[in-house]
Amino acid sequence: MLTFLLEPLQFSFIVRALLAAIIVGVVCSVLGVYIVLRGMAFFGDALAHTILPGVVIAFLLGWPLAVGALIFGVFTALGIGFLTDRGTLKEDTAIGVVFAAFFALGVALLSASGSYTIDLAHFLFGNLLGVSRGDLWVITVLGAIVLLTIVLFYKEFMVITFDPVLAVTLRLPQTFLRYLLLILIAVTIVASLQVVGIALMLAMFVTPAATASLLTRRLPAMMVTAAAIGAFSGVAGVYLSYYLNIASGAAVVLVASLIFVLVFLFAPQRGYVWRWA
Amino acid sequence: MSELVHQINYRGIDHDPYMPTLEMRDVYALYNGSATGRDDQASPYALEDISFQVQHGERVAVVGPNGAGKSTLFKLIVGMMSPASGEVRLYGHVPDEHICIAYVPQRSQVDWSFPATVKDVVMMGRVGRIGLFNRPKRQDWQMVYDSLERVNATHLKDKQIGELSGGQQQRVFIARALAQEAELLLMDEPLSGLDLPNQDSLFDILDGLRADGVTVMVATHDLNLAGERFDRVMLLNRRLIAYGPPRLVLDTANLLAAYGGHMHRIGEGGEMVLADTCCDYGE
Repeated sequence: MLTFLLEPLQFSFIVRALLAAIIVGVVCSVLGVYIVLRGMAFFGDALAHTILPGVVIAFLLGWPLAVGALIFGVFTALGIGFLTDRGTLKEDTAIGVVFAAFFALGVALLSASGSYTIDLAHFLFGNLLGVSRGDLWVITVLGAIVLLTIVLFYKEFMVITFDPVLAVTLRLPQTFLRYLLLILIAVTIVASLQVVGIALMLAMFVTPAATASLLTRRLPAMMVTAAAIGAFSGVAGVYLSYYLNIASGAAVVLVASLIFVLVFLFAPQRGYVWRWA
Repeated sequence: MSELVHQINYRGIDHDPYMPTLEMRDVYALYNGSATGRDDQASPYALEDISFQVQHGERVAVVGPNGAGKSTLFKLIVGMMSPASGEVRLYGHVPDEHICIAYVPQRSQVDWSFPATVKDVVMMGRVGRIGLFNRPKRQDWQMVYDSLERVNATHLKDKQIGELSGGQQQRVFIARALAQEAELLLMDEPLSGLDLPNQDSLFDILDGLRADGVTVMVATHDLNLAGERFDRVMLLNRRLIAYGPPRLVLDTANLLAAYGGHMHRIGEGGEMVLADTCCDYGE
């Protein structure tokens, strides 16, 4: 068993992959708690897709991918917020329009360049085993910024999530807090790009948080539990990927999903099977 | 950034004790605060020409048919929307300058599966006063427990909010308003869905609030309770039909003006029993 766990660690790219998977698992899951509670899953998924053109442009220009992704991520987060702020479009409609248009733009840009299929696959599904030292630094710094912001604005985010009217009567700066949350989602997507890729990003936001919601009754506990599930899924996914030779992002998501299914069935008191007992 | 910190740490404005708690002057309000009215309405206004005063410590019932503008009225008072014209003043200042207004939502509007216990929800009322980047201090928790004590909900403090009964949910939100140190409490349909014992205990709590000088406005469909348990009744149907002591407001002419044919009257003279036709949740 010990050699099973230690053997892959002789490769530094595996160590980097593990660290990246843990950080991303924790950050996505903690932020995912707000995404789940606020019903923003569709928004998170869309935002992940809309950063594709930013990534492609950065890739073609030889910039760090994170720069292009961040610019487009923040831009679309603010854009969707603006479209729905006016009340002229329903939120999911606005998201749908922006989502599809930007993703198509990204695919079009990429198809005009050379190695279309391989590059698209990397963006869509991540390339965890290809995380470089520089990538790891970017992931660490962005992840730390996101977690620190969540800690600093914990109370305020909780209030705008649970009861927007209370936020009004407490005179909290709601618009600022709402946009801040959108920007945090964008930053987290950028940090997670290499670990799970665009297509499976949603799972990292939603699945550990949904699992934690079945196990906990208070917000801090839900965040810690979600973070633990996210980190464990990341580590287990890397090992699965190493030994079974399957795509790393998919392996991470499959582990998280399996944990969800188990908890859904067997959670103390709330599990599905107890209804039959 | 300093502007933002100031905004988050804003503790509200001082009160002028000589001003009415709440005053509206010639208020017109659009639907949802936007210029486009509902297609089926002749007027673009959800509320027209509303003027009234509420004095310190009064308990006011706001009654009227569905679509009468009760929710809009509350949104104006809370500061969630601004009037198209006219003035809304609390102790002489616009609502945005106050953190002393608490709003108890209809129970159907609350996400009861939210991962919070009763004491967590009550603590949310303190968030404005705790201020940005600070954590709750001992006196904040003391305030939370005192507030729960005052609504007889101390034993519920560690329950998840989804585990509460309707009456308990109502009391927890009142405790949150107390923790917020609210001086004006707005309650949206708190009575619907409550059985008689729970209604009684709710009024016991409201009596306690009156003793502390908390002004309470309650939107309700229950005209009987409005007539019996409130200092003043506001009869609303987009316009202010009548406002004053229940005996003067709830007469046949006023009720017909507010409800038209949608009202049932049973009995004669002083023994009038009134029933509103509806009570939709999530109106």
